[in-house]
Amino acid sequence: MAQIIVVTSGKGGVGKTTSSAAIGTGLALRGHKTVIVDFDVGLRNLDLIMGCERRVVYDFINVIHNEATLSQALIKDKRLDNLYVLAASQTRDKEALNKEGVARVIEELKKDFEYIICDSPAGIETGAHLAMYFADIAIVVTNPEVSSVRDSDRILGLLASKSQRAEKGEEPIKEHLLLTRYNPERVARGEMLSVDDVEEILSIGLLGVIPESQAVLKASNQGVPVILDDQSDAGQAYSDAVDRLLGKEVKHRFLEVQKKGLLQRLFGGRE
Amino acid sequence: MNQADLTDQDPIFRLKGNMLAVTVLELARNDLARLDRQLADKVAKAPSFFNDTPVLLGLEQLTAADAELDLGALLDICRRHGLLALGARASRPGDIQAADELGLPLLPSASGRERPVAEPQTPEPAEEPVEEAAPAEPPLQPTLVITRPVRGGQQIYARGGDLVVLSTVSPGAELLADGNIHVYGPLRGRVLAGASGNAEARIFCQQLTAELLSIAGRYKVAEDLRRSPQWGKPVHVSLSGDVLNITRL
Ligand SMILES: Nc1ncnc2c1ncn2[C@@H]1O[C@H](COP(=O)(O)OP(=O)(O)OP(=O)(O)O)[C@@H](O)[C@H]1O
Ligand SMILES: [Mg+2]
Repeated sequence: MAQIIVVTSGKGGVGKTTSSAAIGTGLALRGHKTVIVDFDVGLRNLDLIMGCERRVVYDFINVIHNEATLSQALIKDKRLDNLYVLAASQTRDKEALNKEGVARVIEELKKDFEYIICDSPAGIETGAHLAMYFADIAIVVTNPEVSSVRDSDRILGLLASKSQRAEKGEEPIKEHLLLTRYNPERVARGEMLSVDDVEEILSIGLLGVIPESQAVLKASNQGVPVILDDQSDAGQAYSDAVDRLLGKEVKHRFLEVQKKGLLQRLFGGRE
Repeated sequence: MNQADLTDQDPIFRLKGNMLAVTVLELARNDLARLDRQLADKVAKAPSFFNDTPVLLGLEQLTAADAELDLGALLDICRRHGLLALGARASRPGDIQAADELGLPLLPSASGRERPVAEPQTPEPAEEPVEEAAPAEPPLQPTLVITRPVRGGQQIYARGGDLVVLSTVSPGAELLADGNIHVYGPLRGRVLAGASGNAEARIFCQQLTAELLSIAGRYKVAEDLRRSPQWGKPVHVSLSGDVLNITRL
């Protein structure tokens, strides 16, 4: 049975697209046929981060409006042959999305894919609503700051009340917290909320903590999902998160301030 | 039902004494435009605060210096904001007459003054006295129990009964109940007990970090609550007179 995963946040710029690309790629790497769908109509970004922007001919909106078939619009990843992208349109606006159209495309994708990742736009308007509406699983991307946590809370409320599962009275959407751009130094200085603070406020399970990392910018400039940079802290943290999503128990890493001194390097850390 | 029942002498009604707690909307001055604005404000802050809330119109503060009151317009304003006028208390003859004309029941004044219009003197029922005012038996609504977190932007209303929340209540979330409210998770949202005017309603919580506490319309906001030594503690909130009492559990 295909699983529909929405990557959502409420607040903009917290790392939804970065996470959609990384998690989608991670699932494909582990042998699951996966498609990542960009719901951010008008601001397409996913194709850039996935490095397929030069191969977009038809997009999600074309399929919704029967201007192209799904197979014409699906872009195959150049690195993994069980990974696909459905790009958003840059020329249309959010009104081009409608529930019936999205439902039809999702139904069709479910026949062919194990995982359908929906990269939500920011906000709580049409695009964000439709991205979450059909979800089985939600990954709520949150930065360790008060405004982002508030918006995530709001989104969790909508997941619990405005999704198809909620409206039909089915089992609720499975909710996961993904804390991104985590900077242990700034947490230690009290400039950011800690993992514990955020977990306590949102009271949902922690899927992963992705450190603030240069590797993310480098990866997105190169059009390579950061999870493929397995030497980087962010890449490893996303890998762990994907393993947890698939049910593995993996210890959380990158939560503490890096120990850089010579003595610490000689004698190792605490782990 | 057969014919025999209709001629049956068994009484089909009882007169019961009752002590209803009902909110009084007391007008300080005859300024309906301002009332309209202020009610709109209140409703904007707590959308289902007045949800067909029954009220008594208190018109006794109006003096001869106030212009003649357009009672019909006042009733319209109330209805628009979700207040249902059950009756009125009035002292000015003009107001009393207006209420009579509109069929709005007049109740004895708070000060004990009687309605100064002619009234047929009905003798007290001689034989069976009216059943004594045992405390009102309000229709019992089942308690609403919420086990999932109540998130910012969500509103939960236990109409006619109590509300129990076993999970967290986030900032921007709103709990309303006509009865008591119990919160067992961290409480960071808004809590309004006795939402239709029941001053006996109470609030119980394990961790007082609420944005707003209100009982029967008397409220305290976080800014005041934070100064309380009980902030963050398990507390019990009740209303005595006009004052919200916050006591440690
Ligand atoms: N872990 C990280 N470390 C450093 N930078 C990051 C990290 N995650 C994301 N970023 C940067 O933050 C910016 C926003 O990321 P991204 O586009 O993934 O966010 P988004 O939530 O999809 O934004 P939008 O709401 O606009 O769709 C990008 O410049 C990205 O490179
Ligand atoms: Mg994005």
